[in-house]
Amino acid sequence: MDARGEREPTPMSNRTTVERKSERELVVTRTFDGPAHIVFEAWTRPALLKRWWAPKSTGMSLLSCEADVRVGGRYRFEFGREASKPMAFFGRYIEVIPHSRLVWTNDESDEGSVTTVTFEEKGGKTLLVMHELYPSKEALDGVIAGMEGGMCETFEQLDELLVTLGASAGRS
Amino acid sequence: MVQYTQARFDASFAALSDATRRGVLEQLGRADASITELAEKFHMTLTGMKKHVGILEEAGLVATEKVGRVRTCKLGLRRLEEEAAWIESYRQLWDARFDELDKVVEDLKRKEKIDGRKRRA
Repeated sequence: MDARGEREPTPMSNRTTVERKSERELVVTRTFDGPAHIVFEAWTRPALLKRWWAPKSTGMSLLSCEADVRVGGRYRFEFGREASKPMAFFGRYIEVIPHSRLVWTNDESDEGSVTTVTFEEKGGKTLLVMHELYPSKEALDGVIAGMEGGMCETFEQLDELLVTLGASAGRS
Repeated sequence: MVQYTQARFDASFAALSDATRRGVLEQLGRADASITELAEKFHMTLTGMKKHVGILEEAGLVATEKVGRVRTCKLGLRRLEEEAAWIESYRQLWDARFDELDKVVEDLKRKEKIDGRKRRA
């Protein structure tokens, strides 16, 4: 550990990347200037999760945040742009390895993803890799087409409409 | 992102509100076609069809390419563009979260240092 304490400000190299690795997978990466046990703590203590999960700059506000980070424990985050129309993000933790690995399910729909977050410490820094696996290509496509639940539904309706229209156009 | 999606969405709905334009999309789903061919198929003037295709093009539902004197229409790349835009907005969301998480990490590091000093004292 460095004895002087104060460090350089966060370097520019700590960039967030997102990549669609395959038809069913999204991968998010970022490096943090701290040891894995600290980054892990920030992902597993509700009081800390609350401080970063819904950044003000995105216009979201976290209305509630519960996370029972044990194998089989549940999480539920409620947030929204308007308090009257909260959106819930919920599921279960299925793997919890302190300071190195977290796996949770998303139970909002049957098409929910399984998210694996790994924390890899190197020289006092932590590489975080978040891997989201969807049950099918269609499930991930749906998320991408919709971004949010409400929009997703609307796009589904639009798709249905197009199918119906296609069928009737074929008849005429 | 939401605004972007909303604008796209409005354009899509406006484009799809017309029976001829829905027919054009359905037709282009089977095969590319020139504006002249589409005009004939839908018993319409060339000018009328150009207008419809223009609206579909604006919504990203149709792409056109002019080769010589013929303008060929095909289904648009909207889905691909949408995916790239979504991935970038998703990246921005996580980047904003992680900037806040950086602060939490800094706080925890500071706290640990102070606790460490206390323990040693």
